Amino acid sequence: MSQPTPLRARAEAEASRFPPLLARAEQLAGTVMLGEHGRRRAGPGDDFWQYRPVQPGDSTRMIDWRRSARGDAHFVREREWQIAQSVMMWVDQSASMRFRSNDGLMEKSERARLLGLAVAILLIRGGERVGLTGTELPPRCGQEQVLRLADLFARPGDADFGEPEARAMIPYARAVFISDFMGPLDPVEVALAKAADRGVRGVLLQVLDPAEEAFPFKGRTIFESIGGTMAHETLKAGDLKDRYLERLAQRKAALSDMCHATGWQHHCHHTDQAAQSALLWLWRALDRGPSGGAGA
Amino acid sequence: MMIGPIGFAAPWLLVGLIALPILWLILRAVPPAPIRRRFPGVALLLGLRDEDSVSDRTPWWLLLLRALAVAAVIVGLAGPVLNPDREGNANAGDLLVVLDGSWAGAAAWPARADAIDRLLAEAGRNGRRAAILRLTQPKPVQFQSSEALRARLEGFAPLAWEPRAAFMAEAAAQLGEASFDTVWFSDGLALEGREALLTRLESRGTVRVVEQAGPVLALGPATLEGAELTVKALRSRAGPAQKVTIAAQGRDPAGNPAVLATVPAVFAEGAMEAGASLSLPAELRARITRFELSQARSAGSVSLSDDNLRRREVALIGGRDDRESLDVLSPLHFLRKALQPSADLIEGALMDVLPANPDVIILADIATLAPSEAASLQDWVSKGGMLLRFAGPRLAASETGRGADEPLMPVRLRAGGRTLGGAMSWGAPKKLAPFPEDSPFYGLPIPDEVTVASQVMAQPDPTLADRVIAQLSDGTPLVTRKRVDQGQVVLFHVTGNAEWSNLPLSGLFVSMLERLAVSSLVGRPAPEDLEGTSWQPLTMLDATGRVRDASNLPGVDGAALVAAPLGPNLRPGLYEGKQRILARNVIGVDRSLQPAAWPARIRVEGLTRPAETPLGGYLLALAILLLAADAVATLALSGRLTAARAGRVAGVLALAIIDMPGLPRAQEVPPAPAEQRSATDDTAAIAATRELVLAHILTGDRKLDDMAQAGLLGLSDTLFFRTSVEPSAPVGVDLERDEIAFYPLLYWPVTPEQPLPSAEAYAKLNRYLRAGGMILFDTRDADVARFGAASPNGRMLQRLAKALDIPPLEPLPADHVLTRTFYLLQDFPGRHNSRDVWVEAAPPDTEQVEGMPFRNLNDGVTPVVIGGNDWAAAWATDDRGNPLYPVGRGFAGERQRELAMRFGVNLVMHVLTGNYKSDQVHVPALLDRLGQ
Repeated sequence: MSQPTPLRARAEAEASRFPPLLARAEQLAGTVMLGEHGRRRAGPGDDFWQYRPVQPGDSTRMIDWRRSARGDAHFVREREWQIAQSVMMWVDQSASMRFRSNDGLMEKSERARLLGLAVAILLIRGGERVGLTGTELPPRCGQEQVLRLADLFARPGDADFGEPEARAMIPYARAVFISDFMGPLDPVEVALAKAADRGVRGVLLQVLDPAEEAFPFKGRTIFESIGGTMAHETLKAGDLKDRYLERLAQRKAALSDMCHATGWQHHCHHTDQAAQSALLWLWRALDRGPSGGAGA
Repeated sequence: MMIGPIGFAAPWLLVGLIALPILWLILRAVPPAPIRRRFPGVALLLGLRDEDSVSDRTPWWLLLLRALAVAAVIVGLAGPVLNPDREGNANAGDLLVVLDGSWAGAAAWPARADAIDRLLAEAGRNGRRAAILRLTQPKPVQFQSSEALRARLEGFAPLAWEPRAAFMAEAAAQLGEASFDTVWFSDGLALEGREALLTRLESRGTVRVVEQAGPVLALGPATLEGAELTVKALRSRAGPAQKVTIAAQGRDPAGNPAVLATVPAVFAEGAMEAGASLSLPAELRARITRFELSQARSAGSVSLSDDNLRRREVALIGGRDDRESLDVLSPLHFLRKALQPSADLIEGALMDVLPANPDVIILADIATLAPSEAASLQDWVSKGGMLLRFAGPRLAASETGRGADEPLMPVRLRAGGRTLGGAMSWGAPKKLAPFPEDSPFYGLPIPDEVTVASQVMAQPDPTLADRVIAQLSDGTPLVTRKRVDQGQVVLFHVTGNAEWSNLPLSGLFVSMLERLAVSSLVGRPAPEDLEGTSWQPLTMLDATGRVRDASNLPGVDGAALVAAPLGPNLRPGLYEGKQRILARNVIGVDRSLQPAAWPARIRVEGLTRPAETPLGGYLLALAILLLAADAVATLALSGRLTAARAGRVAGVLALAIIDMPGLPRAQEVPPAPAEQRSATDDTAAIAATRELVLAHILTGDRKLDDMAQAGLLGLSDTLFFRTSVEPSAPVGVDLERDEIAFYPLLYWPVTPEQPLPSAEAYAKLNRYLRAGGMILFDTRDADVARFGAASPNGRMLQRLAKALDIPPLEPLPADHVLTRTFYLLQDFPGRHNSRDVWVEAAPPDTEQVEGMPFRNLNDGVTPVVIGGNDWAAAWATDDRGNPLYPVGRGFAGERQRELAMRFGVNLVMHVLTGNYKSDQVHVPALLDRLGQ
């Protein structure tokens, strides 16, 4: 009975944060129709796949008597093979994600969480196991996991720029990294390399604010990072625009190269675009990934 | 300091404008403050260097905006004034202001006074002394401090006359020796002797003339031609066509000043005069006191009217005219004909016309007057009336004027009179002798054919010679006159008709009446006529045309009054003489206005000039606006002005503008007190008239009122179920407050405790009864009392009904229409079963026709039904239709209740259908029903 009130209050506050994110994520996820995700072969699973004649070696318990009673032969009912995949997610919670250039836009972190949670919901609906990278939340299936994910997504991070967690990767699992990738690229590269070593394939979704893409600044300006750890003063911000855009393009190119080398996929999403398109891309990329990888 | 039309109060401040370029340089050099921005992309910026070490400059247009704002502040503080007054500072000598000071400038005097005030103020600022010379009343010129003169400026207001040449000469003589500059404020009229004065002034210094634009308007005197008044408007300059309005002012019958008539006068293009004529009833015309030009306010635009416009009121009193004679034989006929064109005639009895205070009373052959009549007449004569008597047979036969000198007879008469040239006399009819010089008729030509056949003769007397004003050729008096105090008595020794002489047939007769001032005096008197008379001013006009009391002014000589020009000693106004009132107007009969002509060398300016307008405030406001624009522009430049902020700023600015004082603001109208009373009245009225509603009078006894309500409810239900009358819920009405006209039937239970209605309520009830309403009075005591004052309720009913308009009553007859309007009834029971039910009595002359079951009674609905059967109790039901009160016993009781209901139905049917069932058309059906 120690300090129930703060605990309760915090719980309420946490809980109050869930529904909007969760609801929007559910809503977003609802726009994607599931399909083409079965294994298309008989195996352990719940859905009917086919009846086949009894073969020697099948135990009599496996005979589907209802079907067999219609004819002289005995049949065994086979189900479609359904195997759950593990998908590990990393959604950047760092300070740099908490930025929006005007009131009409979402913060980058908000969009990132929304997309992350939405894709998690879709995956869990599809029977996959979803967790976070690292050891905090191992992949599990079921609706409970959605709530846990939403809880963890709602916790802001302290760092100015985020670094992907690459420990405890499950071999041959799938991974989703969502961030603005504005921080140093080395940790990203290390993480991708580790993942590739373990046969993990995945996607990098880069979420950017339109202002970061356009750099609409002029005049004497002091730029500060959101966490306040970095600052840069310029007398003519307008003059920096071209060089900034050049660097941004280089960074995107570097990310794409890394992905290409490791078999990952890279996509850049802006917060002024519809979240649905990014979700669709994510879903497609995840769906395509393993089979494409298997094929390759 | 002047730049174009703009002057500066503090020109040295303009030096500050030099600082503007410096400001420009400073603003250019100082970069705008850095903006702090949170930006995640800063990581990509690290290590980037600025190519150009100079920061962004403030854009040139923003600099220009700021420079303009500062310039506006500097110029605004320097006190710029548009059209500053800078006349007359050229010289530093003394300043003489010459004013025409005539009536012509009265209308524009306020503007002129302003101009003079400005001039003097300017002169005061420049330390010049000044003097004012008003030509209508020249005084020696004394230069003094301009400020002191400004305070006395009102003392130089225009006067009601024009400067004469004599005044000009006098002014010129009083100029003194000093040299000075002159500003001459001219009224725009040509003046005699102006040239000489102008030359004198020019010899002392420069002369500038200020003259008002536009013509001077004036109004000539009104003249009466026949019944038409002609008025002439004048203007000093021929110009485009112009329309002016002439108003005839006077007193209305209550004695209040009023405009009696207005008439437009139109100056044709290039014309200097505009005539207008108006035709007014003599009564109205006599009340006109003056004519005014509505467009101009000056003494010249006012024309006072005097006796010239008045028509004399003449009372004609003839003797008893008891014979059926021709008009031409009437003693008054010729008088009437002679006076009608020029005088207002009154005819009637003497005592009737005296209160009208006529100017002249003519007694035609009236010999004797009642003592009271004589006294009143004498009183009237002594107050200035003129009594004109004509002789005749009655006067000749009477004893009037025989003995003593009678006050109402100019001479003593000899008995009888004489007849000349008749069949029984020797002499021929006499002709008139030429009029003596002291006679009012002097100079009138005497036609040869005028002869006198009969006359009354004057008794020779020492005073006779003085009193004769016309005589016959033999020296006998024909007309005699005697003055009585202020009035006079004149006697024509002949008749007013042609019986005794043919004088009344001649033109001479009319002329003589005119001379006697019996008919109006037309035309103005000549100066020589008024020689030696003295006239007392009654009222005078000031320069603006207002009428002032003039009783403190000395009298003027008659000749001067007519001939002398106006001046301080002869002001325009009304002058009263012995017998008449003369008006002296500014504009004479043959006056025309001439515009002032100035030599070409004189500078003539208009009176109006552009007003001084300080511009400093506008410039400072402009500076503030520029600075506000600068603030917005700076925000926008530095990227701090987002759309949301811009909206907010715009809102704040709009608020600031709206809040600025001086902008009209919607008045906050306090919500009108809701007239709830009338609203509820209306809803009640609508509810009462949408459906038929039965009503009962509220007696104040709660239980009784409830019972009445329940009874009417039961009756309403019964009507609803059995007939096509479908009443809605009954109501109780308060006689004092509620309108009762909506209800066809009022049930009035009588209780001794109820208050008597007020007088208004009784008026309402009577109105209701007369308009066809019916009241059912129920004393509810038929079990113990009969109709009459036997019971308390009966006595109360008598008191209640005393003030009501109730016709004679009779017990309900067996053939009354109430017995068959719906049901056929013989009894009318309620809770009690008494036959004592009274209704309006049938007319006494109706008789039952043999073989008919009822009389032919087709008139109206009985306004009251009076009984004591306590019907409401029998009708009363609760909401579910159960009877509330017991009636009788057993089946008999139920039958009685049913009959009570039927009576109620019949009653309502009677109210609603009147005597429909009384029509004989229904006889066969009724007979059939009755089984006969």
